Amino acid sequence: MSVILSEAEAKALLQKVIKLSKADECEANLLGEIRGNIRYARNEVSTSGSLINKNLVVQSAFGKKVGVATIDEFDDASLEKVVRRAEELARLAPENPEYMGVLEPQQYGKSNGFFESTAKITPEVRAEAVAKSLALSGQNQLTSAGFLENRAGFSAMMNSKGLFAYYPSTGVNFSLTVRTDDGKGSGYVIRGYNDFSRLDTEAASRIAVQKARGSVGAKALEPGKYTVILEPTAAAVLLESLYYDMDARGADEGRSSFSKPGGKTRLGEKIVDERVNIYSDPAHPELPAAPWAGDGQPQKRVSWIEKGVVKNLAYSRYWAQQKGVKPLPYPGNMIMEGGTASLEEMIKNTKKGILVTKLWYIRPVDPQTLLMTGLTRDGTFYIEDGKIKHPIKNFRFNESPIIMLNNLETLGKSERVVSTESDQSYMVPPMKIREFTFSSLSDAV
Amino acid sequence: MKRRDFIQLSGLGIGGMMMIPVLGHATTPESFLDSGMDVAVKKRLADAALNAAKSKGATYTDVRIGRYLNQYVITRENKVQNIVNTESYGVGVRVIADGCWGFAAIVDAKTERDTAKAAEEAVAIAKANARLMKSPVILAPQNGYGEVSWKAPIKRNAFEVPIQEKVDLLLGVNDAAMKNGANYVNSILFMVNEQKYFASSDGSYIDQDIHRMWPIFAVTCIDPKTGKFETRQSLSAPMGMGYDYLQVNPADKVTGITTRYNMGYDMLEDVTAAAQQAKEKLTAKSVEAGKYDLVLDPSHLWLTIHESVGHPLELDRVLGYEANFAGTSFATLDKLKSGNFNYGSPQVTLFADKTREGSLGAVGWDDEGVKTKRWDLVKDGTLVNYQAIRDQVHILGEKESHGCCYADSWSSVQFQRMPNVSLAPGKAPLSVKEMIKDVKKGIYIIGDGSFSIDQQRYNFQFGGQLFYEIKDGEITGMLKDVAYQSNTQEFWNSCVQVCDEKDFRLGGSFFDGKGQPSQSSAVSHGSSTARFNGVNVINTARKI
Repeated sequence: MSVILSEAEAKALLQKVIKLSKADECEANLLGEIRGNIRYARNEVSTSGSLINKNLVVQSAFGKKVGVATIDEFDDASLEKVVRRAEELARLAPENPEYMGVLEPQQYGKSNGFFESTAKITPEVRAEAVAKSLALSGQNQLTSAGFLENRAGFSAMMNSKGLFAYYPSTGVNFSLTVRTDDGKGSGYVIRGYNDFSRLDTEAASRIAVQKARGSVGAKALEPGKYTVILEPTAAAVLLESLYYDMDARGADEGRSSFSKPGGKTRLGEKIVDERVNIYSDPAHPELPAAPWAGDGQPQKRVSWIEKGVVKNLAYSRYWAQQKGVKPLPYPGNMIMEGGTASLEEMIKNTKKGILVTKLWYIRPVDPQTLLMTGLTRDGTFYIEDGKIKHPIKNFRFNESPIIMLNNLETLGKSERVVSTESDQSYMVPPMKIREFTFSSLSDAV
Repeated sequence: MKRRDFIQLSGLGIGGMMMIPVLGHATTPESFLDSGMDVAVKKRLADAALNAAKSKGATYTDVRIGRYLNQYVITRENKVQNIVNTESYGVGVRVIADGCWGFAAIVDAKTERDTAKAAEEAVAIAKANARLMKSPVILAPQNGYGEVSWKAPIKRNAFEVPIQEKVDLLLGVNDAAMKNGANYVNSILFMVNEQKYFASSDGSYIDQDIHRMWPIFAVTCIDPKTGKFETRQSLSAPMGMGYDYLQVNPADKVTGITTRYNMGYDMLEDVTAAAQQAKEKLTAKSVEAGKYDLVLDPSHLWLTIHESVGHPLELDRVLGYEANFAGTSFATLDKLKSGNFNYGSPQVTLFADKTREGSLGAVGWDDEGVKTKRWDLVKDGTLVNYQAIRDQVHILGEKESHGCCYADSWSSVQFQRMPNVSLAPGKAPLSVKEMIKDVKKGIYIIGDGSFSIDQQRYNFQFGGQLFYEIKDGEITGMLKDVAYQSNTQEFWNSCVQVCDEKDFRLGGSFFDGKGQPSQSSAVSHGSSTARFNGVNVINTARKI
């Protein structure tokens, strides 16, 4: 069997599986993928590899007793075996009061996330892309370390009520850290696309080289509250912690930053600056995502924060039923709308401030206020009178994305970035924030 | 994205409690009880790959045939949310060809044709990349061990314990939490079995059976009037043990302001205390920022050791191989070569080991066929060594690998991973009580909490689970909103006392991330309670 099945092949295989079911309900999820990567450090290739992976998950239910089994073989006997195993486990399992049954067939929108340019990448193509980067970043007293990874695959699902969903996708991520040989400067770049032909490793590498050279000779500033300009790569990791918290159940239960005293939530309340608009949309041309969630619910365009007001929180099907509202799956992408300013214009309009290009090791400190800690990394600069004056030493910050988005000064143009914490891609604008809290200095370069 | 994969599998938003990756796919529990593929078959599959790689021009090859079993039982309050059984089987082949590494992995590789195909792909990748090498890989020589095996010395295989017993335990734990004032409680049992077969062109055929176990919970208490909430997580440690870790044994209990545990964990007792303590935290005094002497329990200190000693002394980081993700290290080669780099005070000896029974790092051989051992990293305060594997030790002028190479799956390439790194106990007899008696203005911290450190491992910030104020040698009450910030060298030089070996306990990380693509590994860190003077404490309370 080939690894990446067409829609018709996936449908035929899943129909075969569902037909074997003797349970009240049955749901099957199928995945196939091919991955390849190349890694380099100290200006030469280090480790690299490839992976072929495929997998079938079968969930069977008798009433609210549910069992799950999987297999990675696909002959008729194996398909029969996996269905019988799921049924045996379902009979043994305790009742799950939160089991909601399988969904009726759904309508899905279109989303194009599969590109031949990415699917046909070979080891030679990866090596060539990296060679271009090394030609720039591995010369003239610079040391580079980078990583390029590509993936092509599909996921599909079917259930005993006739629901069928299929989504093929590809992706390529490229990241690079360039350090000066004396260890005094460091610069970073990361790019992610569905379409490999969009990736220009040479142009990306130039950015990391520029930041590495520009960050040599950093001066120490006193920790404290500063106006900052967060480049999208830096802003993404803080926004992501806010996105992870947008679950209705946690908020209703009184244990998230969206909770209020007395069992109430901040749904419908203005929590951040009115220029903040955040939505998800699987059909977004720059950031396509699967038009269905893991349980088969359709993913549609959803507004999460509009003009600073919390418009939606994610409701699982169980929690939605408890609360008498419509279920809303956790989204497959997140887009924060931007303004019109370029990063250069934002710097030009800053009297005193700090340009933060990347944040690192972000961890929650207090879930109630969503206070996060972490550090600046790979290029932090002091701005005075509209110009970058000099590089500065790295800071540790203690800041909440909610407080940060209340202290918003300016939004730039939104662009696709990859989170350096989770590898997820988002659309994020550069943003100028006042009174961002830096709590101590770090000697790290 | 691994964290999301887990959340989908478990159907659980445990809300910032931890970052949990998952490897493999769901399966049925009874399939865990079959012993897997026969060793003779594994040898035949491995030989096919070794021969194929050699015929394509590889000068070195190793083959890992892996079967990875995981079982997670996930509950909240009076509900079993999910029972996740995963099994993952496949083959990974690593080669050196034209002086360059290459790696390829194939799921469900059960024929000689499959394993040979992986070997050929690995050689093709090595050859494609060789032009990007400046100098060929230098591998420390390693004698083959022939056909050998190693099994973790577990007393009760967690995979043989009926699901019902596990469900009953967790629901009992949750019930105890609710009866003692919790508003919410989540509890999970993580059980892992790695069945690993390693073969290399050096002539080793190594069959190993590794078990790990981690019982955890998080209790939440809410003040309905203010809407404030506090949590208290379990004081258990992830262990290289079977279900025997859950055997209640008075000898494994350390009594004091709260009970802590050694090689046996009383989950019911701990959750009962946790519910009461989470409630107590709601009204605890918010800490006044400033300098304090810190008394750090092993259930807390393991994480500080992990981040500020374990990671900076990984030789691949020091050399720049992790520069693009995990970072580099302040502990550069010149500091080692000077022979007098003052990593900590003379009280501080930190050692690496892959042999301690019951620890997460314990194996017979590492993932490149090197027999495991123990060695010093910091001796009486001075930096004396790193953690290094076969393609690195020549840089240290050594001829043998330290035996700390690991891959988290058949599908991942093996690389240098942290062995257990522990703080040696103090030589003079000293109890925790005696240590606290001497502290004028201090905080006693138990359990691990929030953590963050820079990419060269200088500046860090740590939270915890329980904080007790110490005034004039006495514990005076509970504190909250505590985190401490320091610099690695300054912090370890502020260590003035370490309790004796009677207090030595293991903590550890079940999911330590490193590498690209990211891999997780499990590692233990042992210590006795230790005292650090004049550390900067911040207050983390905010208003939104």
